[in-house]
Amino acid sequence: MRIISDSYVMFKRSMKISLRNPDAIAMAIIVPAFVMWLFGTVFGNITDVGYDNYINFIVPGIILQAVCQATTAAAITVNNDINKGIIDRFRSMPISKSAVLIGHVLASVARNTLTAAIIIGVAFIIGFRPEAFVADWLLIAAILILFMLAITWLAVICGLVAKTPESAGSMMGPLFILPFLSSGFAPTETMTGAVRWFAENQPMTPIINSTRALMLNTPTENALPLSLIWSVGIIIIAFAVAVQVYKRKLA
Amino acid sequence: MENIISVKSLEKSFKKHQVLKGVSFEIKKGSIFALLGSNGAGKTTAVRILSTLSKPDGGKATICGHDVVRHPHQVRECISLTGQYAAVDEVLTGRENLKLIASLKHLPNATQKADEMLKAFRLEDAANKQASTYSGGMRRRLDIAMSLMGNPQIIFLDEPTTGLDPQNRIAMWDMVKELAENGTTVFLTTQYLEEAEYLADHIAILHEGKITAEGTPDDLKTLLPRGGVQLTFNRTAEAKAAAELLNEYPVTFDQENPKTIDVTTDGCAAQFANVLTILTNANINISQFTQKQPTLEDVFLTIIGEKEAQ
Ligand SMILES: Nc1ncnc2c1ncn2[C@@H]1O[C@H](COP(=O)(O)OP(=O)(O)OP(=O)(O)O)[C@@H](O)[C@H]1O
Ligand SMILES: [Mg+2]
Repeated sequence: MRIISDSYVMFKRSMKISLRNPDAIAMAIIVPAFVMWLFGTVFGNITDVGYDNYINFIVPGIILQAVCQATTAAAITVNNDINKGIIDRFRSMPISKSAVLIGHVLASVARNTLTAAIIIGVAFIIGFRPEAFVADWLLIAAILILFMLAITWLAVICGLVAKTPESAGSMMGPLFILPFLSSGFAPTETMTGAVRWFAENQPMTPIINSTRALMLNTPTENALPLSLIWSVGIIIIAFAVAVQVYKRKLA
Repeated sequence: MENIISVKSLEKSFKKHQVLKGVSFEIKKGSIFALLGSNGAGKTTAVRILSTLSKPDGGKATICGHDVVRHPHQVRECISLTGQYAAVDEVLTGRENLKLIASLKHLPNATQKADEMLKAFRLEDAANKQASTYSGGMRRRLDIAMSLMGNPQIIFLDEPTTGLDPQNRIAMWDMVKELAENGTTVFLTTQYLEEAEYLADHIAILHEGKITAEGTPDDLKTLLPRGGVQLTFNRTAEAKAAAELLNEYPVTFDQENPKTIDVTTDGCAAQFANVLTILTNANINISQFTQKQPTLEDVFLTIIGEKEAQ
């Protein structure tokens, strides 16, 4: 089908663009590796979350935080494209309209996957000891990829509505903070009041909890279905909004 | 020959500003059509509607038999757009840009096609450099090379020579002529009359949202036959006397040479004969006689002048 081959061509284009963007590479590889190391070694010694190994506890939180931050690159590239002449060339060609957006989304998910793999690698080196089996890892990959898709479609909306690449990037700002107001870095039971209520009910908490439970081979409980519902729900809504904004913007 | 583009009563407004107020024209297959207009006349607006990037508020446009609003996909199959501002991917190299278009158009042996284009557009040396490092002229050439990938039936060129140096401009003109010789229909916009006059088979002048004049370059010249004669005499006194005798015609003295006068006529032989008879009867010797053909520039300025006077 046309949309698949066009999206694949656009995906390759977006990957080339990523590889030539030092900021995107730093955000996808160097920063997450450093943050993982910092939290695992320095903060690990001063934090007691009731787990015998703080590194085992924070890997999912670090991954989500890094994904949110690195996905600003998608918002910026979408914004760059939409405000430059190249989009007119694509739109005047007999190709699928959304292929250019899908290309950016797929490239972003590919970058995010690399980010997650690097974080897990660094975590291993400094003492991460998961007890997951192959099937668990596959499920973890599915949960995380759905999360990445959800965040990336939100980034696409930011890229489409923002006037400049800088503001597209800063619109993603709130997403950087969300992982800290979740079960990512401390159990929600240690929080109080509104913060606790928010942390218990926001989408990142079930995503983190189910990932952590699968990694450490503990019961996932209702975190698994909740995380899937959240991610898929956000993907559907954000995709629909993005397509509408895209159509309106280019009318 | 059949019309490959047909535009009827096209209208387009931005908020309250009506840019196109019922524009109509037909373009024959394989011809070069020039849409001529000054800054802000609405040339780009028209090109964007025809290339399916924007929707008209009224009227109808068909390209290759397909309605641009109802069947944009079919229209896109037969057109290629080179917009006013270069539409290249700055991060990719020249070669990668060309290969990207080749892949999107599903052309076989994309690498070979890209290399051919790089050669034809004198971009071989810069083929592996990012387009962001290209000069304006190089970017323009890459832009057009991208548009020509896959031999489109119709190519839109929105002000293709604006910002080019004389050498590149002439190269562009040669390329446009060559495209038409190979059967491609060329739709170009320009602010330069000499460009339209030199290149186009058919010219339409867009002014204040309407086509104020159209036809072949020759048609446009006869449309407003403000031809005339330039007469030079041996003495200034003779020039003055001649001006008196010919006062039934508009006469102006040449600013540089007081022995020379310009007489405006309808451009037909009868009036020339009359001018000559009057002077011969008065025994005034003409040392030099030149017929003046109106240039497209005159036509353009006259039309705009008349519209503004109304
Ligand atoms: N998207 C838009 N929103 C609002 N006004 C617009 C838009 N596009 C064009 N216009 C207005 O429409 C008019 C015609 O613009 P257009 O770009 O079609 O002119 P043009 O003939 O291509 O001029 P130029 O020679 O400067 O390229 C201008 O007054 C312009 O300000
Ligand atoms: Mg223009």
